[in-house]
Amino acid sequence: MTEFIEELKFVFLDDNRYKLLVEGFFNTLKITAGALLIGVVIGIVVAAIRSSYDKNKETMKLRGGIGYRVLAVINAICKVYLTVIRGTPVVVQLMICYFIVFVSAQDGVPVAIFAFGINSGAYVAEIFRAGIMSIDNGQFEAGRSLGFNYFQTMRYIIIPQMFKAVLPTLCNEFIALIKETSVAGYVGVSDLTKSGNVIAGRTFEYFIPLLTVAAIYLIIVSLLTSLVGKLERRLRKSER
Amino acid sequence: MNDNIIEVKGLKKHYTGGAVRALDGIDCEIRRGEVVVIVGPSGSGKSTLLRSLNLLEVPTEGQILFNGADITAPKTNINKHRQKMGMVFQHFNLFPNMNIIKNMTLAPTKILGKSEADAEKQAEELLVKVGLVDRKEAYPSQLSGGQKQRIAIVRALCMEPEVMLFDEPTSALDPEMVGEVLDVMQDLAKQGMTMVVVTHEMGFAKEVADRVIFMDEGVIIEEGTPDDIFNNPQSERLKSFLSKVLI
Ligand SMILES: Nc1ncnc2c1ncn2[C@@H]1O[C@H](COP(=O)(O)OP(=O)(O)OP(=O)(O)O)[C@@H](O)[C@H]1O
Ligand SMILES: [Mg+2]
Repeated sequence: MTEFIEELKFVFLDDNRYKLLVEGFFNTLKITAGALLIGVVIGIVVAAIRSSYDKNKETMKLRGGIGYRVLAVINAICKVYLTVIRGTPVVVQLMICYFIVFVSAQDGVPVAIFAFGINSGAYVAEIFRAGIMSIDNGQFEAGRSLGFNYFQTMRYIIIPQMFKAVLPTLCNEFIALIKETSVAGYVGVSDLTKSGNVIAGRTFEYFIPLLTVAAIYLIIVSLLTSLVGKLERRLRKSER
Repeated sequence: MNDNIIEVKGLKKHYTGGAVRALDGIDCEIRRGEVVVIVGPSGSGKSTLLRSLNLLEVPTEGQILFNGADITAPKTNINKHRQKMGMVFQHFNLFPNMNIIKNMTLAPTKILGKSEADAEKQAEELLVKVGLVDRKEAYPSQLSGGQKQRIAIVRALCMEPEVMLFDEPTSALDPEMVGEVLDVMQDLAKQGMTMVVVTHEMGFAKEVADRVIFMDEGVIIEEGTPDDIFNNPQSERLKSFLSKVLI
């Protein structure tokens, strides 16, 4: 037993190696939160465009004008974005961002936030789109018949209801994202996983650092999962 | 000034490339202050006509004039016109995530730029009239069908429309709640509101309508006063329709 404690001391306390872990932990949180923020913004925009196109293409064609063609082009761009992002591994996207797009970047963290943000935007967009499509069309018609224009109807009536409907799914996406960011080490970012790996490399001791890292992920994820469960129950109660 | 608030000219609405002719050449006008009830068998195009009036359905052909302006013209700002045309739906379409007062004040504050206080005052006055002011903090899911529909009516009235469009406002209600909604509509008619009502409530048509339009297969077959339509039907189709709905 004392031997194990000695070893813990050696792995984490000598040379203040625990600080690596703390730094990694916060980098992981930073990347995840930043990426989610970007992802939600991209997601709302892309989902709004995609569902507008799907809903309105018939009537827009009938009413004529340039609007229909503009929307069709933007919609096509969104589709390409979704296809490319969801069709390639996130590690590859991350490396492209770091080694090709932002070659001169000193700090990998903002690059990782950007890359994971662009990536999660594609998944969040599809979550939001499903959410928008699940809202009864009568809500839309009620808004339009009161005199709201298309974007006001989205903003004041559809999107708030959509958010409520997809909140649990969105939280689960956030939880998945935490684990996905563990590949940030590929571009030299000291995230939680990378820190564990560095400590292991310096101490030639793999068991303790890697299991500690795994335990930290597990604790964060379990905590958030139980929070989402509570949230889901609250939302269900307020429905009726 | 022309006394017609709405004029419909040669209106056609076709679906699936002309295979379904929901409206097949409609000409009619709605006069200011008039209550027009549209009746007809299921699938005859009543909803399509009503929903075309505020362009929820975009016509395939023809024109709709509102206060003399052609709202089917490509460059018209339909949102401006819709502010003056209230609509009440069969399934209420209240906003479930907002309480009653918020349902009613959303459009006046966001569209007309009214202050929250003014909008709430106006909403409360309307709620008093329909006897629901004590439920102003409630959410739609906490209301009965009849209450929901009364709220839907006053929500539309908050925009101070010049005409109210009703698409089967009582069809989704339990029978014992139909009366409370029809009463609100009758009051509205008495106050001089221009109304276009699609309904299967023949009693309402007889009592409240100034004019009844009978539609079948996308065209207007007959129109006239309730007395003309119910007591002196001319066409075979109207006679057979009446024999089915009036027992
Ligand atoms: N989106 C659509 N696509 C194809 N056909 C449609 C569509 N909407 C309506 N129709 C058809 O148009 C015709 C008229 O429909 P409409 O809803 O106006 O009838 P209605 O008189 O309101 O009937 P009901 O009393 O049942 O409400 C029907 O044959 C219907 O099937
Ligand atoms: Mg109908």
